[in-house]
Amino acid sequence: MTYDFLQHYWWFLVSLLGALLVFMMFVQGANGAMFCIARSEDERRLVVGATGRKWELTFTTLVTFGGAFFASFPLFYSTSFGGAYWIWMIILLTFVLQAVSYEFQNKLGNILGQKTFRRFLILNGLLGPLLIGGAVGTFFNGSNFVVDKMGIAAGEISPIISRWANASHGLDVLLDPWTIVMGLAVMFLARSLGVLYIVHNIDNENIRSRGNVQLIWSALPFVLLFVAFLVHVLLKDGFGYVPDTGEIVVVPHKYLGNFVEMWYVALMLVVGVVLYLYGVVRTLVAKRFFCGIWYSGVGTVLAVLSLLLCAGWNNTAYYPSLADLQSSLTIENSCSSEFTLSVMSVVSILIPFVVAYIAYVWHLIERKNPSEQPATEGKN
Amino acid sequence: MISLLSAIGADAVNWSRAQFALTAIYHWLFVPLTLGLALIVGIMETCYYRTGSPFWKETTRFWQKLFGINFAMGVATGIVLEFEFGTNWSNYSWLVGDVFGAPLAIEGIVAFFLEATFVGVMFFGWEKVSKRAHLAATWLTGIGATISAWWILVANAWMQYPTGQKFNPDTMRNEMTSFADVALSPFAVNKFFHSITSAWIIGALFVVAVSCYYLFRKRREGRDAEGERKVAVHSIKIATIVGLVTSLLAMFTGDKLSYVVAQVQPMKLAAMEALYDGGNGVELVGVELLNPFQQPDYASGEEAALKIAVPNMLSLLATHSLDGYVPGINDIIKGGYTMPDGTVAPSLDEKMSRGKLAVGALSSYREAKKAGDAATVEKNKKILDENIKYFGYGYVSDAEQTVPFVPVCFWSFRVMVGLGALFTLFFIVALFYAYKRDFANTRWLHVAGIVMLPLGYIASEAGWVLAELGRQPWTIQDILPTWIAVSDVGVGSVMLTFFIFLVLFTTLLIVEVSIMSKAVRKGPALSEAARK
Repeated sequence: MTYDFLQHYWWFLVSLLGALLVFMMFVQGANGAMFCIARSEDERRLVVGATGRKWELTFTTLVTFGGAFFASFPLFYSTSFGGAYWIWMIILLTFVLQAVSYEFQNKLGNILGQKTFRRFLILNGLLGPLLIGGAVGTFFNGSNFVVDKMGIAAGEISPIISRWANASHGLDVLLDPWTIVMGLAVMFLARSLGVLYIVHNIDNENIRSRGNVQLIWSALPFVLLFVAFLVHVLLKDGFGYVPDTGEIVVVPHKYLGNFVEMWYVALMLVVGVVLYLYGVVRTLVAKRFFCGIWYSGVGTVLAVLSLLLCAGWNNTAYYPSLADLQSSLTIENSCSSEFTLSVMSVVSILIPFVVAYIAYVWHLIERKNPSEQPATEGKN
Repeated sequence: MISLLSAIGADAVNWSRAQFALTAIYHWLFVPLTLGLALIVGIMETCYYRTGSPFWKETTRFWQKLFGINFAMGVATGIVLEFEFGTNWSNYSWLVGDVFGAPLAIEGIVAFFLEATFVGVMFFGWEKVSKRAHLAATWLTGIGATISAWWILVANAWMQYPTGQKFNPDTMRNEMTSFADVALSPFAVNKFFHSITSAWIIGALFVVAVSCYYLFRKRREGRDAEGERKVAVHSIKIATIVGLVTSLLAMFTGDKLSYVVAQVQPMKLAAMEALYDGGNGVELVGVELLNPFQQPDYASGEEAALKIAVPNMLSLLATHSLDGYVPGINDIIKGGYTMPDGTVAPSLDEKMSRGKLAVGALSSYREAKKAGDAATVEKNKKILDENIKYFGYGYVSDAEQTVPFVPVCFWSFRVMVGLGALFTLFFIVALFYAYKRDFANTRWLHVAGIVMLPLGYIASEAGWVLAELGRQPWTIQDILPTWIAVSDVGVGSVMLTFFIFLVLFTTLLIVEVSIMSKAVRKGPALSEAARK
């Protein structure tokens, strides 16, 4: 395995984890839509019960995504997390609130009350996908940071390798309309996946009929926003680098070029979009079709994976700096050493086994329809 | 509290340290109980699997319910720690991410998914999977949590004893050269076993304390009282065995870990013993009147009053020889003594000058490389290689910076060891009463059992306070001081997030304690079949 291969392999794995995370945010999407698709307390308990059996996996995917990014591309971890401080802190806070909400909300002794934790779930359901989507948007739109590895050797009292170029510590990315467009797109995507998951998981006519209405009002905005973002990305100039020198350059229609040169990635995007739309449309038109989550879910993974591969492969700077072009991060200048990537690649052989046992266990737990069981452990 | 907060220095480094300490302290309130209860619940469910008794099934489910209440908070605080490596310690993330990130990623791929997947089966799978599959899921949840602890402790141990890596001046970071050295360093192995055994003690103390509460409270006789009494008596029988065995193991692993600390972190050992001037045949201080709020005047070598000590014992523990040499704080600053590897210890001044030489050589190396000056590159590479061991000292300006706050190290060590010894004694007595006497009607033992639980948490936290404050000022021992590791985030932002986390974690802790108390008060409520 060459170093170049390992860099591409680990960008693929990190992208796959990112794509799985976006899919698994159906948990957030369902929570965000909870009050729209479940009117009575019993119905809400069914929704919370259905997502309550999956939140751990979403959370774990997020943690593993962070860990894998840290290990394989530490300069991104250092630059983005340390620079866009407030964005990551807000994401973090909403996920902390979500983690405890499932366990605490229906328990006796919950002094904050059930409603408080339901609101936490909704907050996480809206803000989590919005901000994570916005973070993905910065891969194409750029951020304001500066990297200076020499700082550490300059003998300064407080040397800094990477710093945000303004005092907003990341909040300025929310001023970029295209970042917001991507954030909103991911939020509506998560919501549509959440509705599909609920429709699949809860055998309740009222919930399903309201779910179909919500599906239209989340899938439609998602498609519009996603198409707008995609067109913007395909038409805009992108950030590439010269492999021999590492110099970062602005390349006209870079991302369009990437899709043309990496036709298999473009094909993956098309298949992903078609599968997503198939899952949504068939759920809406076929009366007894409830498996849309599988089609749309796989489609989401493929589409997000293709976008992230487009952002990082083919000599592209995946984390462009608007403040200093040469500070932009590429899979070459921000990755771990060849030895570390090799060691982790050996460990990554375990991933198919991990996916297999997760799928098997998921299948075991879902065999019996959750609507026939208590939604949560109830008032214990 | 206000004086504690006002003691935090007014810069981003200290507030970042405070924020990380806050998160770690809260995280470690929940993790040991997860690890400890996982073991005990696994044993109980094995009893159910072997006997088919409804009593063991319901007892297992009762303790699993309490496990679940605690579990989420451990997960929630854990993700904050992981992200804070990047948000608050961005230089650190770059300089050592190549080494530190690998165990973290492996933890995610191997352990987190195991834990997250099977914990769902543990809670929701009772009526859906076979008895054997459920038992496997329960054990796999515990094993997943334990493997997770292994990898994060490997990462932490590497920060205390960096090994298996080399600094690469071209990429400006430390890069891993031997995964085995990182994953299986003596520090990592001993730290893992000491931490995990201490967590199992917490699990045992928790089960004993809740059971003692049931035996102690005067509940009206009836079905529920009968049931909870039965659960308590049988749970105590398991927990006291687990508690005694793990207490003895914790003493053994603690001794092993202290020995490694003496070899690789002599300043931490000197601080935790308040040893200013060392020598041969050094005594082990049991207790002395050391002011807990003020750094002592170690330079003058003046000892605190009312010292009770065991002759030669520190030498024996630190060197495995009654007459072995143990350096004090002043010796480490002055240097000149023979270290365990047979070399002569350099003075702090020499370390600082060699550190500055390394930093300067790195700068010259980079510039020469840029200019294509091969001879200067080679020359500076040689200087760098010769002095890289002291790289971190290049950023140290005076001796005070290299001495941790002695009173905290001194007292936290004594609290941990003293309480550890108390737990061993308690478990011996409790085990004797559980199997040979009438534990159920020995009320003083019930009170003792309840009191032990908060003491268990104090001992456990004290251990971490010692481990982390004892290595100050180093984020990575001798390589990276805290003020070089920090992110470029304004102090105002870090202060704000510190207080947000303080309020959030405290509120959630109060809610959890309230929920846990209600669940405990309600009791196990066994079925008719289980009570027989």
